[in-house]
Amino acid sequence: MARIVAGVGCSHVPAIGAAIDLGKTGDPYWQPLFKGFEFSRQWIAAERPDVVILVYNDHASAFSLELIPTFAIGCAAQFQPADEGWGPRPVPVVEGHPGLAWHIAQSTILDEFDMTIVNKMDVDHGLTVPLSLMFGQPAAWPCKVIPLAVNVVQYPPPTGNRCYQLGHAIRKAVASFDRDLKVMIFGTGGMSHQLQGPRAGLINSEFDRRFLDQLSADPDGLARIQHIEYVREAGSEGIELVMWLIMRGALEEQVRELYRFYHVPASNTAVGHIILENPR
Amino acid sequence: MTDYSEAFKDIPGTVIFDATQSRLGYHLNMFCMALMKEENRLAFKADERAFLKKFPMSAEQCQAVLDRDYNRMISLGGNIYFLAKLGATDGCSFQNLASKMTGSTEDEYREMMIAGGRPAEGNRSKSEWKNHG
Repeated sequence: MARIVAGVGCSHVPAIGAAIDLGKTGDPYWQPLFKGFEFSRQWIAAERPDVVILVYNDHASAFSLELIPTFAIGCAAQFQPADEGWGPRPVPVVEGHPGLAWHIAQSTILDEFDMTIVNKMDVDHGLTVPLSLMFGQPAAWPCKVIPLAVNVVQYPPPTGNRCYQLGHAIRKAVASFDRDLKVMIFGTGGMSHQLQGPRAGLINSEFDRRFLDQLSADPDGLARIQHIEYVREAGSEGIELVMWLIMRGALEEQVRELYRFYHVPASNTAVGHIILENPR
Repeated sequence: MTDYSEAFKDIPGTVIFDATQSRLGYHLNMFCMALMKEENRLAFKADERAFLKKFPMSAEQCQAVLDRDYNRMISLGGNIYFLAKLGATDGCSFQNLASKMTGSTEDEYREMMIAGGRPAEGNRSKSEWKNHG
């Protein structure tokens, strides 16, 4: 049977992707950030997941205002890196896992989550930056990836609680997939940041650290945080943190925090990273 | 739902991209979306006014684009992730756009971020921004 072995929380700042692509990871500005992911790269290379379910948000790349799905699961065999206005990132094509993706779609829909099924979707920095941070710059990504895009651009995004509950449904779906697969789930975006208006640059390390603490100790409490609190405390783009709750919800109630890293800033953003392991 | 949207209005220096803003800014944002294509970026750069005519935007929205007044574009329904494509067309990063929107130079803004960013303290409610210009 397929099993989820671990969850990874990770910011997906576009400037991190640019730093990697332009060979600037050793610059004094970037060096501390990339050092914070060294452990994780070794860990995931040793763990060798077969599939990563990657929860992220599209930034007006695949979805414009013409179509705004709240939860969209990529069921295709391949996903191309998107051109976000600078040309596509020079990263490998993302190979999907249609079998498991369709199974998750079916299982979660029957569990009353009205997922949007996507067979053609370019993937932007929201998805490719976490892959680069965790896997470096390989010629091909070392595992299959199931993109799960969450709307956090058009208000209202899904509530934290809804995301958490969807995580539970994904846990159930993966556990009922009849193939022996080692699965990980990434929750990406955040942490505190605001990109717009005169309040741009907002960072709230206290909020972020509490969020990381609660992720393993009190996820039920985290799931109760309202949108207004995210925006007030963590900035308008800090709302992306609801996506980490899908990752957390897909894990067991008791998890082990294996690793944590927090760094300010990457461009406009507080970078948070955590690895949570399910009991063996 | 009204209460939901209203509550955000107490947060200073922030526009929430809700139904009202999305309806207001639809064509402005779709203009930005067109800049995802290299051919459109070239056409826009060659003649900005002519390119803008292809989109049924208001005169204020067009002017805000020509002025690269990002705060004004946001107040007229622009969303930052769409507007970033206009920024990219000009070769401007998110950090560069953020410095413009906060009225600081790029160096000042970068220094603020390196020093830990803008604190939440004093920036949670409009009541705390009374002395802002």
